[in-house]
Amino acid sequence: MTLGARLGLIAALCVAGALILPLIAVVWRAETLSGFKPSDAGVLWFTLWQAVVSAGLSVLLAIPVARALARRQFAGRGAVILILGAPFILPVIVAVLGLIAVFGRSGVVNVALAAVGIDPVTLYGPQGVILAHVFFNMPLATRLILQGWLAIPGERLRLAATLGFAPPDTFRRLEWPMLRSVVPGIFLVIFLICTTSFAVALALGGGPRATTVELAIYQAFRFDFDLSRAAILGGLQLILGVGAAILSLRLTLPSGLGAGLDRAVPRWDSASPLLRAQDAVVIALACGFLLLPIVLVLGEGVWHLTALPSSVWLAAVRSLAIALAAAILTLTLALPMALAVVTTTRGGWIEVAGTLSIAASPLVLGTGLYILLLPLTNPVKLALPVTLFVNVVLALPFALRALIPAMRDLDRDFGRLSTSLGMRGLDWVRLVAIPRLRRPAGFAAGLTAALAAGDLGVIALFASPDQATLPLVLYQLMGSYRLDEAKAAALLLVVLSLGLFWLFERGTRHAEA
Amino acid sequence: MKKTLTLALMMIATSANAEPLTIYAPDYFASEWGPGPAIKEAFEASCSCEIEYVTGDLLPRLRLEGDATPADVVIGLNTDDAERARQTGLFAPHNVAIEGLTMPIDWTDDTFVPFNWGHTAFVYDTTKITDVPTSFQALLDADDSLRIAIQDPRTSVSGLALALWVHKVFGDGAEDAWAALAPKIVTVTRGWSEAYGMFTDGEVDMVLSYTTSPAYHIIAEEDETKKAALFDEGHYVMVETAGQIATTDQPELAQAFLDFILTEPFQSIIPTGNWSLPAKLDPAKMPAGFEKVALPETALIYGSAEAEALRDTVVAEFEAGLGR
Repeated sequence: MTLGARLGLIAALCVAGALILPLIAVVWRAETLSGFKPSDAGVLWFTLWQAVVSAGLSVLLAIPVARALARRQFAGRGAVILILGAPFILPVIVAVLGLIAVFGRSGVVNVALAAVGIDPVTLYGPQGVILAHVFFNMPLATRLILQGWLAIPGERLRLAATLGFAPPDTFRRLEWPMLRSVVPGIFLVIFLICTTSFAVALALGGGPRATTVELAIYQAFRFDFDLSRAAILGGLQLILGVGAAILSLRLTLPSGLGAGLDRAVPRWDSASPLLRAQDAVVIALACGFLLLPIVLVLGEGVWHLTALPSSVWLAAVRSLAIALAAAILTLTLALPMALAVVTTTRGGWIEVAGTLSIAASPLVLGTGLYILLLPLTNPVKLALPVTLFVNVVLALPFALRALIPAMRDLDRDFGRLSTSLGMRGLDWVRLVAIPRLRRPAGFAAGLTAALAAGDLGVIALFASPDQATLPLVLYQLMGSYRLDEAKAAALLLVVLSLGLFWLFERGTRHAEA
Repeated sequence: MKKTLTLALMMIATSANAEPLTIYAPDYFASEWGPGPAIKEAFEASCSCEIEYVTGDLLPRLRLEGDATPADVVIGLNTDDAERARQTGLFAPHNVAIEGLTMPIDWTDDTFVPFNWGHTAFVYDTTKITDVPTSFQALLDADDSLRIAIQDPRTSVSGLALALWVHKVFGDGAEDAWAALAPKIVTVTRGWSEAYGMFTDGEVDMVLSYTTSPAYHIIAEEDETKKAALFDEGHYVMVETAGQIATTDQPELAQAFLDFILTEPFQSIIPTGNWSLPAKLDPAKMPAGFEKVALPETALIYGSAEAEALRDTVVAEFEAGLGR
């Protein structure tokens, strides 16, 4: 095992420990022992089915969008790809208001329907929960699948053109194998995100029928202070995650496309006007669906930006610092872990450990860390480092999703060559790894930074007012009637997050990505 | 480099040794837009001391920390939570002579001092609703096209207050009352902010909030179109309280803060700081604008022990009534 892979194994063990120790701490601290309630079966069922449907729809809708973006070059394409990242980092409360502005009673959609005499559609119910989850996660799926598309070597496309492949042939021979290698992992990640959802499910679910496991955890913790129940439910979520992870790894097949020279080539097979029109419509629809809610809710914020007090800007700086540190730390963990996943025999388990943190209940994680830190120090003084730590652990699965396929190709395509040339250590890193991993690493860092900047997470459990981050300030503004200023803060948050995303990606981009 | 680091660490250490009075408070209270900062300033002017707010979920945190809690004072526990807080055994008697309260209920609790209160109410927009229900029963009977957002009793204190209110008014018929309300409830949110945001954005006609919410719109936005619907049966009252921790290492300072709560400098911050009603303030000293806020005649409330005993019942009524 190489040094890098060994580091990766250690990192994976640390992550697994960081997920399981807090859970044990919560159980240990529990005053009573209690277990499941009869109503939990219904809660579990709702959690599972809405997550399967949400993740399935997110991925299915993302595939045509990613394909359209992969095979078209047009002015503003970079901007479209960048802005597609916005829903994912939007604070839940802002996204919900945005969706209401489009799909709500007096939203754009119902106004349009009324104009042509159709009865209004209602947003509230399982359909609202699924809609919101697709809104949040389809852009993530699009980005990750797009990475896969861009990783298809230009040489293969050139060969396909020489052989006179029609689009269905290209799909069967090149695109389908690529999708088989990336989609199961992406589905898994989104499925897990949707299982831990709670504020969205509650706000758009329309009532107690839309209760998820995470809400039950929150209730157990906040209202009943039943730590054992919180921990049992949190453990259940983790087990669910392990099961789903193992299943998805089974379904993943290597793409087997082989190596290329990283040239971007035109897509000769998709030049027909019909396909062009099809791609244009797909991209336009996706932009409309994803951007309209954001524009409608943040647009009002523009007028209140100047009214934001300096404390909000300070909070933005704090969020920025956390985001940068999280990006660097996450990459430091994710790169060796991805290497270990690909090159060691226990790679599958490392991948499971690295994916699991999305299935961890943030509330249980935060509470467990609090219990662990309490005997050692005043946890409130560590609010920012703890927030950073949790952000790193939570961003890791996304970083791994971006890095593992690239690392796998790297190992398969260049592993033997590197070995035969005796290239290892720093030379290998410089000549082989960096050029091949630059793009996914930049994407992973950008995504982590954006996620960390937008995360409310554990800071709400720990904070003292002078440590507030931008998302926390946003909630404070909303909690004191100041909806307009809250929207301005949300706008600031989105600009900040996307700015970080853009910087990281730009800094690491290849000639024509 | 090393020297600067040591110096920096020493500075951090000395500033921490100044031993501020640690007050646990809800996020909305201690934030820049809540009453916390002004109260801190007013209190610090009266002594050579410092207040440090720590925010978060009060009760879960206190129970996690137990005797080791660094808190000296806890502020923001409402009466429906008070019994649980008392049962932790962490609190000392308040030792404050409570008299002359401007609240509609008698106060006999010797652990918690009330500092502000408000009636739970449904707030509406007068430009959208003309046929305003004048009783809870009328609300249940109202047309199902009325759109209401409420908070979840399982996650929010105002949601729990609503569940207690329904139980107080309808008794054994509470579950049926919820079922009658269900078609009008567009959504149930995790906290007050989400629901109120939906109301402000026009997605719902009515929102579960407080009778004092219109005061914000009147005073801060000069908007008089937001009103609370007043019900004949009366309105459930939420009282927020403060208490001192028995194991505090600064008992005199903690006591001084509790004594400060019912004085005018503290109480006069409440109306426009917390947008609620002060526990003890001469009505003549209420800020201009509050006289425009209509208040109900009947106040309903359960004592803290009773509220605690009813909690599981009323949550079950909510779940059953809405889940039908």
